[in-house]
Amino acid sequence: MYAWSLTRIQPSGLTTAVVRATNVISVTAVIATEALSMRFPRVTALDRLTLDIGPGVTGLVGSNGAGKSTLIKILLGLSPATEGRAAVLGLDVATSGAAIRERVGYMPEHDCLPPDVSATEFVVHMARMSGLPPTAARERTADTLRHVGLYEERYRPIGGYSTGMKQRVKLAQALVHDPQLVLLDEPTNGLDPVGRDEMLGLIRRIHTDFGISVLVTSHLLGELERTCDHVVVIDGGTLLRSSSTSDFTETTATLAVEVTDSDTHPDGTGALRKVLTDAGVTLIGHDGIDTEGLPGAGHILLIEATGEETYDVVRDSVAGLGLGLVRMEQRRHQIAEVFLTEQGAAQAAVPAAAATAGAVQQKGSGRDEH
Amino acid sequence: MSTETKAAAGRDASRIHNIGYRSYDGPRLGRAYARRSLFSQTLRGSFGLGRSAKSKVLPMLLFGVMALVAAILVAVSIAAPDATKLVVKYTSYAIYLQAVIGLFIAAQAPQAVSRDLRFKSVPLYFSRPIEHADYVVAKFAATASALFILTGAPLLILYVGSLLAKFDFADQTKWFGQGLVSVALLSVLFAGLGLVMAALTPRRGFGVAAVIALLTITYGAVSTVQAIAWETGSEGAVQWLGLFSPITLIDGVQTAFLGATSAFPGGEGPGAGVGVVYLLVVLALVAGSYAVLLRRYRRVGL
Repeated sequence: MYAWSLTRIQPSGLTTAVVRATNVISVTAVIATEALSMRFPRVTALDRLTLDIGPGVTGLVGSNGAGKSTLIKILLGLSPATEGRAAVLGLDVATSGAAIRERVGYMPEHDCLPPDVSATEFVVHMARMSGLPPTAARERTADTLRHVGLYEERYRPIGGYSTGMKQRVKLAQALVHDPQLVLLDEPTNGLDPVGRDEMLGLIRRIHTDFGISVLVTSHLLGELERTCDHVVVIDGGTLLRSSSTSDFTETTATLAVEVTDSDTHPDGTGALRKVLTDAGVTLIGHDGIDTEGLPGAGHILLIEATGEETYDVVRDSVAGLGLGLVRMEQRRHQIAEVFLTEQGAAQAAVPAAAATAGAVQQKGSGRDEH
Repeated sequence: MSTETKAAAGRDASRIHNIGYRSYDGPRLGRAYARRSLFSQTLRGSFGLGRSAKSKVLPMLLFGVMALVAAILVAVSIAAPDATKLVVKYTSYAIYLQAVIGLFIAAQAPQAVSRDLRFKSVPLYFSRPIEHADYVVAKFAATASALFILTGAPLLILYVGSLLAKFDFADQTKWFGQGLVSVALLSVLFAGLGLVMAALTPRRGFGVAAVIALLTITYGAVSTVQAIAWETGSEGAVQWLGLFSPITLIDGVQTAFLGATSAFPGGEGPGAGVGVVYLLVVLALVAGSYAVLLRRYRRVGL
């Protein structure tokens, strides 16, 4: 655990990671901003924000008021920035607003659908607003609504739809003109866990299957790690962090192991931990215990899998102790852990312990939703 | 609860939808086309076309009343022995049926603009190539066109009826033309005022009430004060008072320039000189409405 978290805490390590990612991306930037600032009389919404976002699914994370919506408005060419420059798909937002909006789709955070028309009628209308000829608008609407998972119900008035279905219509109107980039503002807001997973799956497919780049905002880090290739965190209008999710979620894998207790080993988990530690396996979390408050909490060991041999070590250790193996599964590191680790380090009192506790807590709250 | 099961569920869900994505390489027709589309959608919507059956009732009913009254007047005119012209002037028709026109604009102006505000669809428009001015122009033009159809169609019925009755062709055509100009002016003026009132509130009910109030209160006040002025012998004031309500403005303009008979007390509308003032006020109101709408939507934005 220490080896892992220390490389994350070291500022120099972070800087190189960001720099590397930026260099790779700037070649084919979908969104690029340079010292972008937006100042209102009393508030600074964006403060010299410099970003390079490449193709793929990018998560834009920030708390309310962090400047996410302001950034989207500027990117759509709808409000001029106080200073700095921004380009979307290589087009300057200050001069080519209309050209950008023709190639970009936007899904607002709030409800935006009239209840008395059907999804088909509404999306056809929006397609025509994007410049699609009538026939093309109808064909693309039928296609797009199917892609987002609306079938027979698309002929019914939107007023009778569930929140999940409304979100799909909102997504469909953003995709109907086959944009090169979609900006999704909090698309999972108000959805239940199943709806949330489906929406995240859809967002992933927008890039993998449709070839459309995605900028998705959220205030939940946990859901972005499964969906995004890249995560940008802004706070108070400044860039907190920009990095590729693969950078820190795929370098090492976490294994969750749960075992039964036996007469010989009344505390099976403890016995296994001892054996594994002796075998030189690195434990993650507080002594390797996953204290999530879920069923089985305190009985799940989180260990770092460095390769195939770790799986063998676990299997042999469990067999050697004569315990039953309830589960052994791979988990990706959650982005939340990484950010919380950094914050923990910044707070500095007891970095490792604080960070770990924070990470575990965050994971717990993140996973409660599922 | 593991990542694997979640990922697997995601794959299953997507496999159901996966029918292959087709990208779009066809033409993108841009702002002018989008503006036209918004215009036709709003115009159709004004008569409830492309909307629920419920929203067709009122506009179709009002349109029916306008047409039916015209048809009855035609029948009466034809049935009358040795009639040489219609029993009603083309220019008077809209004035007589102003209540119906008022109801129509009160119901349909909020439909045209409050809906987008209330359901917050406006950002969806402005995240597309059209600009604020395109939106306002399309909505304004569509509402004015809807009113023109509502007020022009009965005039057409009167005209066709008069031709069937073999009234004098030249006279009828001239009067019909004057009538069309008059209702065109009325349509633009009412559309502008109605949209401004409706756009000020996202609540449809308030919009309806505001439009009705604007039309009826001003008309009631103006005609009352005009009547008092007439009774007290200050005839000169009557023609100036007409400037303060939409329908009397139209009445004044058409009396001055379009050969109409004024509905003012005493039947004396403004002459050409005062008529110019009327026309200027009408044009200023139209331009002002456009400016207010533009300002309003600039503020709404995203």
